[in-house]
Amino acid sequence: MRYERDPARIRKVLGDKVQFVQGDMAAAYGGLLAGCSFFGGYPITPASEVAEGIARMLPRVKGTFIQMEDEIGSLAAVIGAAWGGAKAMTSTSGPGFSLMMENYGYAIMTETPCVIVNVQRTGPSTGQPTLGAQGDMMQVRWGTHGDVEAIALAPSTVQECLDLTIEAFNLSEKYRHPVCLMADGEIGHLREKLVIPDEDEMTLIERVPATIDKDKFLPFGNSQTRDNKVPDFPTFGTGYRTYVTGLTHNKKGFPATDKQRDHEELITRLVTKISDDREKLTNVERVELDDAETAFVTYGASARPTESAVATARKNGMKVGMLRLKTVWPFPRRTIEELSKKVNKIIVPEMNLGQIVHSVREYSCDGCEVTLAPKVGGEMHLPDELFGYLEARK
Amino acid sequence: MKKSIRIGGFGGQGVILAGFILGKAACVFSDYNAVQSQSYGPEARGGAARAEVIVSDEKIGYPRPTTIDLFVAMAQEAFDTYRKDIRDDTVVIVDSDLVPRNDIGRPIYKVRAQKIAQDLGNKMVTNIAMVGVITGVYDMLSPDAVKKAVMDSVPKRFRDLNVKAFEMGLEAGKNARPE
Repeated sequence: MRYERDPARIRKVLGDKVQFVQGDMAAAYGGLLAGCSFFGGYPITPASEVAEGIARMLPRVKGTFIQMEDEIGSLAAVIGAAWGGAKAMTSTSGPGFSLMMENYGYAIMTETPCVIVNVQRTGPSTGQPTLGAQGDMMQVRWGTHGDVEAIALAPSTVQECLDLTIEAFNLSEKYRHPVCLMADGEIGHLREKLVIPDEDEMTLIERVPATIDKDKFLPFGNSQTRDNKVPDFPTFGTGYRTYVTGLTHNKKGFPATDKQRDHEELITRLVTKISDDREKLTNVERVELDDAETAFVTYGASARPTESAVATARKNGMKVGMLRLKTVWPFPRRTIEELSKKVNKIIVPEMNLGQIVHSVREYSCDGCEVTLAPKVGGEMHLPDELFGYLEARK
Repeated sequence: MKKSIRIGGFGGQGVILAGFILGKAACVFSDYNAVQSQSYGPEARGGAARAEVIVSDEKIGYPRPTTIDLFVAMAQEAFDTYRKDIRDDTVVIVDSDLVPRNDIGRPIYKVRAQKIAQDLGNKMVTNIAMVGVITGVYDMLSPDAVKKAVMDSVPKRFRDLNVKAFEMGLEAGKNARPE
């Protein structure tokens, strides 16, 4: 039976409009609001509360929650649900995300819309359970093999855990692509004020179903109803015959593994359907950047102490600002390039030993010094620590 | 206005819920921003546990306290562990039955939250009695807002008991003087 999103029922389940909740729960709320009707997952700290929250809520809106045997099965179930017509999501953290890499690539290759909430911790391996880090910022981009583009969003507040989960669903439907919400343990477990948006304050993007004459249908051609590289979606059971495979396939969906041309055409489309929209997808917050000579470039939880450090710097008369990436992938190349022309120094605070700093460096112009401000061990930077980077570089 | 509160106790005592109620009172039932972070995980059970809440009328950047404005101790071990972070102007509240060794060389608030809960017949509401004490001692949140947050955060069948514990704690807090 097809799931009908019922706003009144969803809002009854979510409860009060203003709440004091954890980021994990806010991500679960975002999924429900976006119309998610299927969650397949496996518990792992610091992401367990996403699954716990949505497990309680989904049955009450006539959705389905399945605790799977592991993270491989979780994402596989989500992919199956998406092909059955559902908006589907899962949540995990570093070790589980590593296990999901195979099916993450499969979702990319089969153009399956779905959302993965990754409440990051650190590694390698099981690392530091319960504590926050930003351990998977490169894994989300390069963790699966082959040529891919990624869409990854990074929330810095509990409110953004909700807002960006809705956005993740929208982008996944728009591009038929698995979209990752790259939260972290700090924001996932932080409790903060959350305001649940009303229906008229949200935009929901729905999947474009295949509607063309069935005899003319090409499952993996460009859209046949729009000027768009994203194919219309042939939901299983609607009569559009579709062969779904992780192998290189032609427009009919059939394996074409020995055809150079078919592979080039397919992979180029899978990458450029996203990278062509890089500027549209760029979503950043600029803080005190107008006259800044030094800029922090950061994302996620790291933006919180950074913002405090910027405030202290400004009180001390230092021209310092912050660029916060809400969309980390596709990487906002032009924004970084332009920033690097304006400031002398860029400092990149990250809760790892250096991941996004490499991309910042790659797209910064010569003459702008790019420095990493790393923090590992399961803690955020202290504002004073980041302020220290400024004093050291005066 | 920006105040950082740390409540220390032992795992299972409900310090997280106490912090949660203060944060909710600030965010939902008053017009403040608040954040709550916590020690989390199996290692917190039984040993010293803590909840930290920041309440502010402005946007809150760094979400953990860098200095403590109000320190509440509900267990000796928590007091011993966290007392190093007490500054000269930190307001200190202890449950004197649970923290008998509480001398820091200056007067502090000594209350009996657990006694209130015991008199009500249920030690479980010690944390809520302490929320009442905090509200009475520390002039930050209106008693009405905190009471609403208490009612909103506890199981329905224990609501009256919790409200009673809150109100008795509030009275004890209002009457308390540093000693």
